[in-house]
Amino acid sequence: MENPQITGDMVEAMEFPHLVHRYSVMGVPRTIINETDYIEGAVPEQIFITRILDSLQKKTV
Amino acid sequence: MILREKDQVAVRERLKPMTAPVKLIYFTQELECPTCRDTHDLLKELTTLSDRLWLEVFNFTLDKAEAQKYRIDKIPATIVAPTEGEVRAIRYYGIPSGYEFASLLEDILMVSSGDSGLSDASKETVRRIASPVHLQVFVTPT
Repeated sequence: MENPQITGDMVEAMEFPHLVHRYSVMGVPRTIINETDYIEGAVPEQIFITRILDSLQKKTV
Repeated sequence: MILREKDQVAVRERLKPMTAPVKLIYFTQELECPTCRDTHDLLKELTTLSDRLWLEVFNFTLDKAEAQKYRIDKIPATIVAPTEGEVRAIRYYGIPSGYEFASLLEDILMVSSGDSGLSDASKETVRRIASPVHLQVFVTPT
């Protein structure tokens, strides 16, 4: 909502088993960031944002 | 009816604080989609519970231009969007039932108020992100 660059999808794991397999989802919630990184479980807002920034940083290095 | 009468009353109450109208853009198809019909019924019922809530339905197979425009790659897909202005992507893939139904109501309220509920510091940080971020949250209905 705060930034048009960001897309947020909720994926119902049982309906899309091929995606569960592709991203090795073992438990929920699991958040996949840009196909490569992930956040396991529900984490506080600040940590969540830090993980996103870390993921973007890695990509540009 | 999917929602029990008691739940309908609760949902109606929950959506009362809505200020700006919100539309749910729903992509579906008849065949090979076990949860499409239930999702459609649920969204139809939901949109009767607030006069500020609208449902727009597209066929995933036939309405290719729309699917492309909203970058929908699987169904059932529900986008929560303001009726005016830019559609920012908050999408639900699969049926939003159980706990996800509560999240959907929450998202509707957020989009209606235009407030993401993040802290000011977080908003500041998030707004500075300059490259695309695609978040996919895997959930189960319970």
